[in-house]
Amino acid sequence: MALVAFVLIALVAVVSALGLLLRKNPIHGALFLVVNLGSIAALYLMLGAEFLAAAQVIVYAGAIMVLFVFAIMVLIPGKEETGPDPRRRWRVLAAPLGVVLLVELAMVTLARRAAPAPPRAAPAGGVEAIGRLLFTDYLFPFELTSVLLLAAMVGVLLLARRRA
Amino acid sequence: MVPETYYLALSAVLFTLGVVGVVVRRNPLVIFMSIELALNAANLALVAFGRRHGSADGQALVFFVMAVAAAEVAVGLAIIVAIFRLRQRLSVDDLSLMRW
Repeated sequence: MALVAFVLIALVAVVSALGLLLRKNPIHGALFLVVNLGSIAALYLMLGAEFLAAAQVIVYAGAIMVLFVFAIMVLIPGKEETGPDPRRRWRVLAAPLGVVLLVELAMVTLARRAAPAPPRAAPAGGVEAIGRLLFTDYLFPFELTSVLLLAAMVGVLLLARRRA
Repeated sequence: MVPETYYLALSAVLFTLGVVGVVVRRNPLVIFMSIELALNAANLALVAFGRRHGSADGQALVFFVMAVAAAEVAVGLAIIVAIFRLRQRLSVDDLSLMRW
């Protein structure tokens, strides 16, 4: 039963990723990406990461994609990538290169099956375990994150000034 | 219980699609979205590894990746908007100023 759900969600994820790649209109691409992020949130739920599923929906689908859609609406008059592609011959090379990359990744991830699986510990708890980790082992990176976000905010304000 | 290998395979497929999107598309915004796709594939692999080892470290790492991605998107979109203001066009083929 879980396998059926996984296959369905994986199909949604892959098809929406293909939609992002193939649709000319960036707004359609952005909406496909929202679907993709939502399906990954569902996969997080299946993996037992409830906190990340919620954060995925709030941060990615909520905040980041709104920013993307906003930028697309402001910038694109809706006729991007319609002219003839001057580098089409080179871009065709992307497909075989992608296949090579996929085979490589598959070899890396599937070849390790021969190695003995680590002893399966009790599955880590949800929000409590992550919160405990964030405020003990990962306290310094956690504080650094706030500095990073502040720096990003100041940088964006500087970049977006009228006479930048 | 779906085995972690399936999640890793899906993550590999999504990552590949993201990389191909970066190479194929001409619109910097779509390239940016493809990068987000690849980042999410890596996040999925991290969570799957975390479950395999029964620890929450993978999830903590994904939390940091999300924070960094948020900062990255804000700065990147600001740069794209600034470039668009300067040139009134938006295609990565035009941006060859720093090419050797």
